[in-house]
Amino acid sequence: MTTLEFTIVVWLGSFLAGFLGALTGLGGGVVVVPMLVLLLGVDIRYAIGASLVSVIATSSGAAAAYVREGYSNIRIGMFLEIATTVGAAVGALIAAKVSGGAIGFVFGLVLLYSAFLSRHDPSKHFVNKPPDALATKLRMNSDFPGADGREAYNVYQVPGGFGLMFGAGMLSGLLGIGSGAVKVLAMDQVMKIPFKVSTTTSNFMIGVTAAASAGVYLSRGYIDPRLAMPVMLGVLAGSLVGAKVLVRANVRVLRYVFAIVIAVLGIEMLYNAVTGKL
Amino acid sequence: MTGTQASWNDQRIEQIIGVLLRVGVSLSAALVFAAGIAYLWQNHAVRVSYQQFHGEAAELTSVAGVVRGAASLDALALMQLGLLILIATPVARVLFAAFAFALEHDWLYVVVSLIVFAVLMATLTGWVV
Repeated sequence: MTTLEFTIVVWLGSFLAGFLGALTGLGGGVVVVPMLVLLLGVDIRYAIGASLVSVIATSSGAAAAYVREGYSNIRIGMFLEIATTVGAAVGALIAAKVSGGAIGFVFGLVLLYSAFLSRHDPSKHFVNKPPDALATKLRMNSDFPGADGREAYNVYQVPGGFGLMFGAGMLSGLLGIGSGAVKVLAMDQVMKIPFKVSTTTSNFMIGVTAAASAGVYLSRGYIDPRLAMPVMLGVLAGSLVGAKVLVRANVRVLRYVFAIVIAVLGIEMLYNAVTGKL
Repeated sequence: MTGTQASWNDQRIEQIIGVLLRVGVSLSAALVFAAGIAYLWQNHAVRVSYQQFHGEAAELTSVAGVVRGAASLDALALMQLGLLILIATPVARVLFAAFAFALEHDWLYVVVSLIVFAVLMATLTGWVV
């Protein structure tokens, strides 16, 4: 392919990935990397470098819209970012040490897990426990705009959430994805933070987490501007359009279809990793 | 919010951060797009392949190298500079949060923000490689 053809194909694919990523809440990274690796034969290190950059664009681009709604909790986000940034730096260092096949193998597993997760609806939990001492000391308990005025919520199990966030950061640094699914899992399931607060705070954290591994990727030569340019612009445009459509669309069916696509990509990624094609 | 003195509450901090991020992303996207068009103009017919990984040229793997290349109006370095601006947006966000927490006299979170900032700087300056 010539540079021009390649750029256009990558832009279109990235647009689609960003669009679907926004609609399903999985983010563009989990689709962009397999697309580049499996369909266009890009080396996985270049693919995760370009994907990571697009992850920052999506996170920062969507933030302005999210803050207006007043759901995200800046204290929870900032505290947990200690874990995600250190994890991301460690993950990026591991990515530099292991083979492309090993990265592909872990990526395949994460795709299968994402496919499994995306079939589920967000959980609703009502907690009637006294406030957690550590969360209170860290001033994490807050409120968010509910149906009738501001609804207060308490945060629990800070150490557990912090530990899982380290894992989320590592995955992000290793695979060049936002790993928003794991971040939401840590906040929603472990720390019992309301789902809407979890997702918006996670979006905020994704950009900071990705920036921590971007430095390592840059000095390792994973970020190729010729590839990152169409990926970043495509995913960003796709995710902005996706976020607009999301307000009106019924995403249940789409999420189901998307889960199957992700699962197929995951199996193919695992197959290629095991047979040494990556 | 008109007519009242806006105080430094969390909501206001996050609104300013939101604007900061959006400006950063727009600036980055515009630069990457413009430099990308210039690059394609010069190299559109060149054959490309990313099947083999061989890293990037030294000028594209450090902040100093990228800035030098961009100063000489090299299209690739300008694209990379746009990507660096993008990477810098969350870093600026963390620094601004530290500043805003200081205005709130929330010293615990000033320290938390500065720890995150230190980790980011350690990786971006190539100290952790």
